[in-house]
Amino acid sequence: MGGVRVLVGTRKGGFVLTADGTRDRWEVSGPHFPGWEIYHMKGSPADPNRVYASQSSGWFGQVVQRSNDGGRTWEAVGNKFEYDGDAGTHQWYDGTQHPWAFARVWHFEPSLTDPDTVYAGVEDAALFRSTDGGASWQELPGLRKQPSGPHWQPGAGGMCLHTIVLDPADARRMYVAISAAGAFRTDDGGASWRPINRGLRSQGIPDPNAEVGHCVHRIAMHPSRPGVLFMQKHWDVMRSDNGGDSWREVSGNLPTDFGFPIDVHAHEPETIYVVPITSDSHHFPPEGKLRVFRSRSGGNEWEPLTKGLPQQDCYVNVLRDAMAVDRLDPCGVYFGTTGGQVYASRDNGDSWAAIVRDLPAVLSVEVQSLA
Amino acid sequence: MIRVVLPTHLRALARVDGEVVLDVDGRPSRGAVLDALEAAYPVLKGTIRDQVTRQRRPFIRFFACEQDLTHEPVDAALPEAVVNGAEPYLVVGAMAGG
Repeated sequence: MGGVRVLVGTRKGGFVLTADGTRDRWEVSGPHFPGWEIYHMKGSPADPNRVYASQSSGWFGQVVQRSNDGGRTWEAVGNKFEYDGDAGTHQWYDGTQHPWAFARVWHFEPSLTDPDTVYAGVEDAALFRSTDGGASWQELPGLRKQPSGPHWQPGAGGMCLHTIVLDPADARRMYVAISAAGAFRTDDGGASWRPINRGLRSQGIPDPNAEVGHCVHRIAMHPSRPGVLFMQKHWDVMRSDNGGDSWREVSGNLPTDFGFPIDVHAHEPETIYVVPITSDSHHFPPEGKLRVFRSRSGGNEWEPLTKGLPQQDCYVNVLRDAMAVDRLDPCGVYFGTTGGQVYASRDNGDSWAAIVRDLPAVLSVEVQSLA
Repeated sequence: MIRVVLPTHLRALARVDGEVVLDVDGRPSRGAVLDALEAAYPVLKGTIRDQVTRQRRPFIRFFACEQDLTHEPVDAALPEAVVNGAEPYLVVGAMAGG
């Protein structure tokens, strides 16, 4: 029987939750790096014992931690993120041009095949890659230096590259998402990029249909259908069936289509999950009811999943990187809240239970299914 | 010999207890102390000053002999009491909430 390891990044440290394949009893280890913000932890698909963690602090900057034993012990590796060449400028809140400046790593995406290769999405928005297990980092400057770069501007949370999706069928194709620039794709291993935002419509920007400027919150893909992408935008849940060339809205009967995370069932590529949030100014669930919504039709028709989740007086948020699925059968679904709960379902989302409930605010949740 | 006191988080990161003792080449200054500190503990690179710009992180302060030396030039000579080891050089995380 396999096991599950849940990597939880919080405002005040990282936690590793483990269970056997029954997913019944959980052990909690941590906090790792107590007092630091752990924006993201993620394991290598090629070697589950290899885990990368983004450790940062408003006082002490960025540290990158690497584990070779599944998060039991850690070593600090390279933390020098230097933009390629002349860093240049991007648009600032007041419309002026502002120098690109590194702030933190929001997301690590380890290679699907090589434990020593890992991508880092950073603020100010850029994509870095390490091929030596995090010891050194090189920017993939083609993203930031494509023509729209100087027009990108930060969202309220900063100008962050928060989503990296690798195409399992084509090693040269990957997708990234940036707040508040939009989604981008490369078909040549990261050398060149182009915006893929056709069909997105955002009321908060001067031209709602602009090529860039959209606040994409999250993109998810099922590995068996890499051309199908699901997106939770600032408002709107979107879908693309052509690798992002165009998007259509699939918000359907959701009570609100604002939210942050989106994910796909491990074995059903048309089953997707979102957590609707009231609005862009009310970052908590509608009516104080924490509900995951599931669509088994790839969008448009959604059903609320409430069993085991608080249905009154709940005013937490679920952030963009704080939902993940395991690969067991039935599929497990996990998400963390800004209230410090990590909820898990071991039955495709039908029912939920908190596997830990008093952590610091949860920033990210990743799941590893272990042999 | 320069005695350096690090904030709790950086002691944990560097895996040291108590003060750090450094031999500093040449005339001791803040820059020379940080060079020696980062050479002895590479994990501290980037945590006190930016690795690219070499600028002090905004919420880092440097105290010694009951004085705030944060805004002294990076190459200014350190107080004699720090240089002769009578007083430690304090790297401080500025007070803030959270």
